[in-house]
Amino acid sequence: MIDRKVRTGGSIICDVFLEEGVTAIFGMPGGASLPFYDSLYDYPQIKHYLMRNEQGAGYAADGYARALNSVGVATSTSGPGATNLVTPIASAMMDSIPVVFLTGQVATPFIGTDAFQETDITGVTIPITKQNYLVKSVHELPRIMKEAFYLARSGRPGPVLVDVPKDVFLDETDEPVPESVELRGYKPAGAGHRRMIRKAAELIDKSERPVIMAGHGVAISGAFEELRELAEKAEIPVITTLHGVGDFPETHPLSFGMIGMHGMYYANMAVSDCDLIIGLGLRFDDRVTGRVPDFAPKAKIIHVDIDPAEIEKVVPTAVPIVGDVKATLQILNPLVSANTHTAWLEELNRLRTNHPSHEPPPNEEFLPQHMVRYIYEATEGEAIVVADVGQNQMWASQMFFYEKPYTFFSAGGLGGMGYALPAAMGVQVARPDQTVWCVTGDGGLQINIQELAAMAEYNIPVKVGVMNNAHLGMIRQWQNRFYNGRLMGAELINPDFAKVAEAFGIRGIRAETQDEARDAISQAMEFDGPVLVDFIVDELEDCYPMVEPGASLAETVER
Amino acid sequence: MKTEGLSTLVALVEDNPGVLTKVATLFRRRGFNIASLNVGHSEQPGISRMTIVIEGTGAHIKQCEKHLYKLVEVVKVVDITNADRVDKELALVKIAAHGAERSSVVALAQAFDGEVVDVGRNALIVQLTASPYTIERFLSLAGDFGVVELTRTGLITMARGDVRRARGPVAARRPGSNHKE
Repeated sequence: MIDRKVRTGGSIICDVFLEEGVTAIFGMPGGASLPFYDSLYDYPQIKHYLMRNEQGAGYAADGYARALNSVGVATSTSGPGATNLVTPIASAMMDSIPVVFLTGQVATPFIGTDAFQETDITGVTIPITKQNYLVKSVHELPRIMKEAFYLARSGRPGPVLVDVPKDVFLDETDEPVPESVELRGYKPAGAGHRRMIRKAAELIDKSERPVIMAGHGVAISGAFEELRELAEKAEIPVITTLHGVGDFPETHPLSFGMIGMHGMYYANMAVSDCDLIIGLGLRFDDRVTGRVPDFAPKAKIIHVDIDPAEIEKVVPTAVPIVGDVKATLQILNPLVSANTHTAWLEELNRLRTNHPSHEPPPNEEFLPQHMVRYIYEATEGEAIVVADVGQNQMWASQMFFYEKPYTFFSAGGLGGMGYALPAAMGVQVARPDQTVWCVTGDGGLQINIQELAAMAEYNIPVKVGVMNNAHLGMIRQWQNRFYNGRLMGAELINPDFAKVAEAFGIRGIRAETQDEARDAISQAMEFDGPVLVDFIVDELEDCYPMVEPGASLAETVER
Repeated sequence: MKTEGLSTLVALVEDNPGVLTKVATLFRRRGFNIASLNVGHSEQPGISRMTIVIEGTGAHIKQCEKHLYKLVEVVKVVDITNADRVDKELALVKIAAHGAERSSVVALAQAFDGEVVDVGRNALIVQLTASPYTIERFLSLAGDFGVVELTRTGLITMARGDVRRARGPVAARRPGSNHKE
């Protein structure tokens, strides 16, 4: 379909959004992007959510992208609008999230003159984008927009920034959007190398104590069925990374939870004692490995990842496989023999029984862990949870059993507080039929609290759970543990968040005890619309298990 | 420039604005130290050739190569550290030379196949096209007279030998050509 219709730059962008299936975008307008907003006026099929800070728009687009496993779009004006996007761009880069960031730029004659609201945003974002473009002529725009979406979603996904000068939005061209993308230097891998896959199958067959470590790549490639097939066929325990939560049903007998600094005790021990790691779509982050030389000391490692630069970046690999996880498992699974590992599983199950990291402590006080567990019970696990960063994030992953793909999201890589609220809004927009719980802290909430205004305006029915311990909890935990209790900048004097929510036009509930918490959760679930519950939890509860910085996984501390 | 502990990568990159910045940013960000960097046109229209001499060897360089490949504009990277190759660098060296010293400097330049390209009252400019190692030797000897100004292009290099096949994904396929090995 070669359509040689004359269009403005703004229309071309909107047309590409529709071709790419984008029906919601998140942004804030400004001088340089006004012509784009004028084009958007003619596209009622694209719903624009006016966020209250560009950072909120970026995170909302990130949530939208994760929920659909497809490309999200955030937009801002030049200068301050664009620089406010920097944190979500960096976050999307770290977490391999496909987001196209569309920024306005001063008109081409003014570029390089320090014009009003001019920032060299392509220069700023070189190290934190998969690719970025400054569009100097409208004739390049159709190709660039096509490439932007292709690059964002293919291979190892990531953020792509397209910086469009004001006059380019207005200029016209009959240049059509190309049907395909031709990039000489970009050839994302398909399935891994056959010989390596055969070698992997041999190692798996020989292993007596294998472990699958499932990461974000399983979710990105949609390899849930293949992962389950492999695990069940050869009876291999499955452990996930933080971004792998949801890859494998957490109530499955072969599931042993999340690994890492605050991972399950038994997961950390399983990896420390195993003789083979089948790493699927992960990057062996420092929060996962603990002290690297002591990581899985008895294990050979099979590492499947679509990004060759991740292979051998951190850990030595016996079998490197550069490829898409799903496509690779489709070849690997038939080569692996059906097998049992009864003794190994008995050992791990014993560990799990004796060290139940997934259970809240049996306290009468209202602990933060209870909050997450009660949400789990009230939703019967049928909710999407978007966690912020810090203690709340760890408890949100520990105390909820995630059964389905794409049900737990968190900014694990960059670890930007303030993520959860706007991201949960993006998730809810993408999945209007789902219950979405935002689990955030009193610290993280206040980083993007302004987005409650957008939540109210668009009636986005997110249930916001504030784990309010009147502290930057993880900071307090570290200062207590590693800085002799010298608390500095850890305590928070907070407003009454329920009242704040009400002022924004959102229903606010305060819960101070376990009973009130249960009641508040059921009220929130019954209410048709956004709700904020301020859970006043025990102020001093620390997050365990914990692997201290510099320690190995085998040295996981339980209390 | 000493060559020990150094590796040489040749990268073919799309000749787009900003590519050099992207490569330079990558090296800075990942902690790779550049000893020299040369960029110019290649035999392919739209493709520039970068010759990058970096500190480090082995796995460190392998990682560098992989990160270069991650840049969308990078079409091909070859580690030619251990290849049989022609190494050349151009240097312009302004050497202090008064009176009788001049003939000594000229003789030194001639001994290195250098060319005197400018003569002033108290200095000469010598142009030298040689391997970095030879240029180092020359500079060491010229130091006796006093090197007052120096500019070097950085290494450019090419593997020796006949064309056996179309090299790499950028090379155009030549129908009908049948180079037997």
